[in-house]
Amino acid sequence: MAIRDRLSGNEAVAVAMKQINPDVVAAFPITPSTEVPQYFSSFVSDGKVDTEFVPVESEHSAMSACIGAQAAGARTITATSANGLALMWEMLYIAASSRLPVTLAVVNRALSGPINIHNDHSDSMGARDSGWIQLYGETNQEAYDNLIQAIRIGEHPDVMLPVMCCYDGFITSHAVENIELVEDEKVKEFVGDYKPEHYLNNAANPVAMGPLDLQNHYFEHKRQQAEAMKNAKKVILEIAAEYEKLTGRKYGLFEEYKMDDAEVAVVVINSTAGTAKYVVDQLREKGVKAGLIKIRVYRPFPVEEIAAALSKCKAVAVMDKADSFNAAGGPLFTDITSALYGRVDGVKVINYIYGLGGRDVKTDDIEVVYNELLEIVKTGQVKSVYNYLGVRE
Amino acid sequence: MSKERKVVVTPETTWKETTPGGIIIDAGNAEDFKTGDWRSMKPIWLQDKCKQCLLCYPVCPDTSILINEEGKRVDFDYDHCKGCGVCVEVCPFDAIDFVEEE
Ligand code: SF4
Ligand code: SF4
Repeated sequence: MAIRDRLSGNEAVAVAMKQINPDVVAAFPITPSTEVPQYFSSFVSDGKVDTEFVPVESEHSAMSACIGAQAAGARTITATSANGLALMWEMLYIAASSRLPVTLAVVNRALSGPINIHNDHSDSMGARDSGWIQLYGETNQEAYDNLIQAIRIGEHPDVMLPVMCCYDGFITSHAVENIELVEDEKVKEFVGDYKPEHYLNNAANPVAMGPLDLQNHYFEHKRQQAEAMKNAKKVILEIAAEYEKLTGRKYGLFEEYKMDDAEVAVVVINSTAGTAKYVVDQLREKGVKAGLIKIRVYRPFPVEEIAAALSKCKAVAVMDKADSFNAAGGPLFTDITSALYGRVDGVKVINYIYGLGGRDVKTDDIEVVYNELLEIVKTGQVKSVYNYLGVRE
Repeated sequence: MSKERKVVVTPETTWKETTPGGIIIDAGNAEDFKTGDWRSMKPIWLQDKCKQCLLCYPVCPDTSILINEEGKRVDFDYDHCKGCGVCVEVCPFDAIDFVEEE
């Protein structure tokens, strides 16, 4: 029987880490992710895990230590937020290109400046091209479930890529909600042992990692890395199916909420999906064919699947909790529109940048978005593509 | 000679064949990398002047001064000699000439 509990998102992730019992955790504290290594370090000192806990002097060192440990053959996990993730930047690319499946809990927070500790997605969105798999979770339950699945996804021989599990700072990380935990021994069995084919601590088969890779070979390694990201989509679904058998909880590349006959839809990431689902329910009661898509897997981006899911809509609003400063639209908007291009014609797509720096997003705000979509369906006219929601004009 | 390699990565190796992340699977593969074409100056062994003192052998950074089974130096390994000239300086008997590479 699953264990019913009530935990904050950070606590849930720390519990998942305890159950995974990784070989190494190297971390540096930063709000709002601090509690993850904090809870975990108490598991270490209480002897509840066998993990080597490395308290480092910066996030650059945290990711470097994770890379070194993972290269040595250790299963490794860390956590960070915002500027901490930014300080890891150089090493994010090295983890991915060295094909080391480090797992990282990213507790989403606005990336300075001006300095702000509250939630938006500017931190992880900036890392979208670093070669990491990115999973996003709406609730503490999803944050917990994603972290356990991340181990298997990243370590899969067809993938061998690091995985970021992102969830909203404070909203998900600090709010306490009901949760269903998997039993310790079942998690242990599900994640199994880390068995890389090549690792540094293998005296029988010595290898060198991270060599200089110039014009003759670098491109081939990048091409190989791109293939691993393509393979990840299938692996993510296989692992999700296995996890569903274990827990009864179903995960896909994204969640479709009342999309079957939806004429207007919002695409959103993380906790705002909860608010938006409430609005969808209200609109449905009034007879409006409203739906919602919540992205779980942002890297690899489920291009064909998203295009198919949105193909019957008349108007779609993509909500970005990060701006791209490209003078054209947010990162999710860019990905959704390019997914539709050449696959689906005639769906009107608009973009809202919302909630930056933790600006509250209420049901009224989401209603504004659906009303705009209904107006577009009625008139056939898009007044403005790239919009801001909840900013003082 | 080089021992059997598990993976030989060459300029023709495709992305499907190469090692993940550029991992070097075999120790000692520097031998596969022919550095001789970096050379602008070339050492020439003057066998008649050589006293087989072997002072040149340990200073070569590229292990390009070859020793035979009887413990005598033989000619240079020009596939790997970079033409640094260290051996030329070290030889006490002027038994190594140093000429421009053609
Ligand atoms: S020139 Fe330099 S590399 Fe060539 S054999 Fe002499 S010491 Fe070795
Ligand atoms: S140092 Fe000169 S004399 Fe001595 S072995 Fe080498 S080439 Fe011969």
